[in-house]
Order: sequence, then structure tokens, then C-alpha cells
Amino acid sequence: MADVRALGPLGMVTLRTDLAAAAGALRDGLGLDVPERLRIAGDTRRGAAWMAPDELLLFVAPGEGGAVAADLGRRLGEVPHLCADVSDLRVGFAVEGEGWREVLAKLSPADLHPDAFGSRAFRRTRLGQVAAAIWPEGDGAHVLVFRSFGDYTLRLLRQSAFDGAVGFF
Amino acid sequence: MLILFCPHCGVEADETELAPGGEAHLRREGPGSADEAFEGYLFGRVNPKGVHFERWRHAYGCGKWFLAARDTATMRVWGTYPASEAGPPDPLRDAVTADRPGWAWRDLGGAA
Repeated sequence: MADVRALGPLGMVTLRTDLAAAAGALRDGLGLDVPERLRIAGDTRRGAAWMAPDELLLFVAPGEGGAVAADLGRRLGEVPHLCADVSDLRVGFAVEGEGWREVLAKLSPADLHPDAFGSRAFRRTRLGQVAAAIWPEGDGAHVLVFRSFGDYTLRLLRQSAFDGAVGFF
Repeated sequence: MLILFCPHCGVEADETELAPGGEAHLRREGPGSADEAFEGYLFGRVNPKGVHFERWRHAYGCGKWFLAARDTATMRVWGTYPASEAGPPDPLRDAVTADRPGWAWRDLGGAA
């Protein structure tokens, strides 16, 4: 079934602010639009993911997080905000190949039907016992969890892939 | 199994994605309040069979608090609304009243 591998180092910046007020700074600084609710603009190389009504997770090049956070902070100026390099906070995994939907759906209560979880979708949910963010990318999906849950999540995903398809999707 | 609509992120969230937060619409009794009022604020909780209002947090999702109106006996859910609301919105009260005429919960209630 699907292949599970760890993504390499990622550059990530968390941005908590009034998202509408930050749209200009985000476009000028990173060339990204504010994603709609439950959506991701761009991808894991360069993108903005909707985490909460007042929170975005920005994907930048590995090692660039600190510089991007500082630059964005300057651009936001007087707009109340929290902007920080969180590249080491979470680890990413890729679930690729036929059956990736079932590998995730077996572990999560989220609706992963192609109609509900198609391209550009970004969903924070539960995988097994831990909180995770999942979104379709490339030939499968990417998964993001807190670093301390990394070992657990990798084994969980591999077990789910090993167990094979149930033929739902 | 409960499925509640998160009014913040628009997800039909499964109960296992949520963290329960107890009774909704508690009014804080701070310094200067009567001992009975303070005790009620700390410990006094209703445990109704029927209409109930409670707090939930979308812990595995957007992390925001919201409130839900639910029947504790039948698990029927009438709706959810953001925790920033001081009381249930009128359409939700009407929906509860349509189903349970004469309902009462704390100082909320529908016309008989």
C-alpha cells in the first residue's frame, strides 16, 4: 500500500494575528495570499496554512524561519501580532502512493473523502492518539505532528499502511 | 458518539476531537460576593436530564472554545455557538422550544 517517509527539515513560522489585517504584509513579504478557512495556499516548500481563525502556519525554506519571522514582524508594525520561528516544533511525514487516503482515514475521525478533502484542503485532526495536521500534496498527503509525537506517528502510519486497504475509497 | 459543529473552523467534529469543558454560561462571583454565591460559582452545577448547555473545546482542531445545546438523555444536539456569546442565539432557543416546549435550564427557558 502507501509509502510512509519522514520529510526532511522544514522551515515553519507561526503567525497569530487578525488575518485580514495581515494580508498585505503576507503578500509583500512572502508573495502569499491568506488561505481560506481549512485551506492551504501554496505548498510545503512555500505556503500558508489555515490553523485557526487567528492563526496561520507559514512554510518557508529550511533555515529561513528566523529571518522571515523578523521581516514579517517589521512589516506588520502596529498590527497586534505574534510571529515566531517554530521550525523545530513539529515534524512532517509524507504518505504517498495508492491508498494514502485509507492509511489516514483508518486513524482519524476526519472526513477524507475526495469531495471533502481534495486539493488545497488543510485539516487539523486526530491521528491515533495525537493531534496532527494533514493536507493532500503531490502523490499523497503530508502529515505534521509535534516533534515529541514523531516516533509514534511514523510507526502508526507504517502500521496502518502495512495492514492494507479496506476498500472504502 | 457525539458529532458537534465547530462554529470557528466549520468542521463537523467527532467527539474524540473535542475536549469537554463542563457547564456553559457560568457567571463569576469574585471578591465581595456573598459566600453562598461564591460557593455556587465554584461547585454548584446542574445535572439535568434533558436540555443542557455545555462548553466544548476543539482541542485536536482549531483549539477554540464553543458552546453546545444538547439533550443529555437523547443526545439530540440543537446547535453550537462561539463561547464569546453571552447566551444562546434566538434561532437556537426557538429550535429547543419547538422540540421541548416549556424547557428550562438555569435562568434560561422557553415559553410554555
